[in-house]
Amino acid sequence: MNTKIDVKNVDLFYGDFKALKNINMSFKEKEITALIGPSGCGKSTLLKSINRMNDLVEGCRVTGSITLDGKDVYKDVDVTELRKRVGMVFQKPNPFPMSIYDNVAYGPRTHGIRKKSALDELVEQSLKGAAIWDECKDRLKKSALGLSGGQQQRLCIARALAVHPEVILMDEPTSALDPISTLKIEDLMSELKEQYTVIIVTHNMQQAARISDKTAFFLLGELIEMGDTEEIFSNPKEQKTEEYITGRFG
Amino acid sequence: MKRKKLMEKGMQGVFFISALASIIAVALICIFMFARGVPAIAEIGVFDFLGGTSWKPTDVPPSFGILPMIVGSLYVTAGAILVGVPIGLLCAIFMARFCPAWLYKFLKPMVNLLAGIPSIIYGFFGVVVMVPFVREHIGGPGKSILTASLLLGIMILPTVIGISESALRAVPDMYYEGSLALGATHERTCFKVIFPAARSGVLAAVVLGIGRAIGETMAVIMIAGNQPRLTADILQGIRTMTANIVLEMGYSEGLHQEALIATGVVLFVFILILNFSLSALQNRKKEA
Amino acid sequence: MKTAVNKFRDGFRARLRHPFSLLAFLLVWAAMLLTVAILAFIVIHILVNGIPYLTPSLFEWEYTSDNCSVVFAIINTLNIVGMALLIGVPIGIFAAIYLVEYAKRGNRVVRIIRLTTETLSGIPSIVYGLFGFIFFNNALGWGYSMMSGSFTVGIMILPLVIRSTEEALKSVPDSFREGSFGLGAGKLRTVFRVVLPSAIPGILAGIILAIGRVVGETAALIFTAGSITKVASGLFGAGRTLAIHMYLLSNEGLHVNESYATAVVLLVTVLLINLLASFVAKKLQKKF
Repeated sequence: MNTKIDVKNVDLFYGDFKALKNINMSFKEKEITALIGPSGCGKSTLLKSINRMNDLVEGCRVTGSITLDGKDVYKDVDVTELRKRVGMVFQKPNPFPMSIYDNVAYGPRTHGIRKKSALDELVEQSLKGAAIWDECKDRLKKSALGLSGGQQQRLCIARALAVHPEVILMDEPTSALDPISTLKIEDLMSELKEQYTVIIVTHNMQQAARISDKTAFFLLGELIEMGDTEEIFSNPKEQKTEEYITGRFG
Repeated sequence: MKRKKLMEKGMQGVFFISALASIIAVALICIFMFARGVPAIAEIGVFDFLGGTSWKPTDVPPSFGILPMIVGSLYVTAGAILVGVPIGLLCAIFMARFCPAWLYKFLKPMVNLLAGIPSIIYGFFGVVVMVPFVREHIGGPGKSILTASLLLGIMILPTVIGISESALRAVPDMYYEGSLALGATHERTCFKVIFPAARSGVLAAVVLGIGRAIGETMAVIMIAGNQPRLTADILQGIRTMTANIVLEMGYSEGLHQEALIATGVVLFVFILILNFSLSALQNRKKEA
Repeated sequence: MKTAVNKFRDGFRARLRHPFSLLAFLLVWAAMLLTVAILAFIVIHILVNGIPYLTPSLFEWEYTSDNCSVVFAIINTLNIVGMALLIGVPIGIFAAIYLVEYAKRGNRVVRIIRLTTETLSGIPSIVYGLFGFIFFNNALGWGYSMMSGSFTVGIMILPLVIRSTEEALKSVPDSFREGSFGLGAGKLRTVFRVVLPSAIPGILAGIILAIGRVVGETAALIFTAGSITKVASGLFGAGRTLAIHMYLLSNEGLHVNESYATAVVLLVTVLLINLLASFVAKKLQKKF
């Protein structure tokens, strides 16, 4: 399988604080990679530096290179184009305060799709893709804020799908949800990997073990170990990984 | 010990009575305005007063129709909204979401200054600068609906900017991030996500702007021309309700004076309606 | 300034690919520049045309229609400001103390108090003026006087004082109150010795803004304080304030230069008051 994203010698600073230290890793196409590690280990930071959401943080500086299909996302790619290709789902569901339809149509409209029929189709497709179509097809014009937390999160996934991304970043997408909603989203992720490259940050190790193909373990801004999920969970090479997975710290 | 308790109770009573002052003031204003204005309206006749097109208080017999003034007030208010709201909202978006911090330090006090400049100074500026400009470059006598609308539009800017800016700032950051993550630009996010999310605050800003414009007196009186007539020509002068009161109160007596107070009552009712719709708006927002 | 130009240029380039964003970007900058330009134009125009006429004769003790002295009007203004503060400030502060420190949440009386305070702040000056004329001048028989004028504007500044005091009291951390209660202090002592002193800058900023409002007020005072051109003879004497003087002077149209000069005095006073208010308010922000 092809390498989709390549991270080379990446250091990331927040002002004087070095949040990522010499990270080297690559993400394969149509795989789910889970980033795990204790709070503050830099996994979310890495995620956000892939679609440059870190640009919003004042004093944030990245050295080294992150490439998407061989092109440096900090040099060769327009940031809006980048974010169109690399979608993101946040920790807390954040649907916009508008109707369900407008939420999903927001992205396509942003990228120039105006035709009603095309939008209708995209909205339906995306909602189906996020396994929420049946629950909201009768209330597309109602406010998205009336949905439950789990539905809101799936709507946010649909919203991300609507711009036809190649990569989907998920930043602890189930941490604010109940177990049943969590399960639905996990099912959804396995379906998504048929078409998309998925990178997920999670605190929940069972989740990482259940859904991901590859797992990367971070500690204090360093990548300790990365490999096949089965391998990492059954036979980690590094002692720190083992300690974390078996729950001795974290 | 007992004295201390008495003191506590006593002062609490004083605080409470002070807090009632707002209620008492509003009640007094309502009672005295209506007590003096309503009989006059009854004497003139509701339809002749509100619907009458001729205001000739010193003729024999006099006529007291304030329709031209009501329409005049509505004209200049609408004009002020057309001028002030777009500029004010764009400015608010700039201040809430575009302005670098160092510039904000200057801009915010400037907007406050704009609010602090007395009406009379605006009016004077209108007379010495805007009226001649309109007369020479656009046409008409200069003292006109257009001039008044432009000046009032400037005067409502700080109201519109201040309220909508804080509404825009109150929109949670997660909406902003969600939109950027979809590949939207900063501008698109501000106009298509943040602005709609703040719409109830923005609406409140517009309502308060309307209140400010319709109640404005001294600036309008100096530049609107003050002719009590119905006209649709924005280059001609008109008279607002507020101007009607100030212009004639000084020498009026009897029914004429009562009719002027009644004009104030009509204005007051307009303002009350605006206020109540505003608080209804805010209550609805709380429920949602 | 250079960084601003660079920032603008970079922003412009980055948006060339997104026409909507470019337009939005240009619009918000244009709105901001326009607002600043308008403010600057008004202030500079009045200063440039008025300062040359700030002659000693403008400040002679006796007013004549030749020297157009403003001294009497300044004295009347100070008089009205002082009395209005005496009326509005204690009541306003006490009311705010009740609302923040004593009132229970969701209390019905409190809701009405808030609603009426909002209403008061939305009532236009001319309605205050009419009310003052009807109530203080006529019903209470005070006639055109400093008393009528200052009571009228005293009520007018009430909502401003209440709101700024409320904000200031709310910004005092609860830990202060808990600390005081924990030492066995009563509520009254806590309010006066701990809460109120910490809230002083915010309250002061509100009072200063209220002063600015009174200094610039015309419509509420012209029919209550009167328009006589001399220093008011005692509390029940009539006399015009600086803003009324400015209106009548510019309305005559005979003394354009003196009008400009008077406008300078009025404008500079109000600008200084506003700057002082935002300076004091900034002190508050630093503290917590």
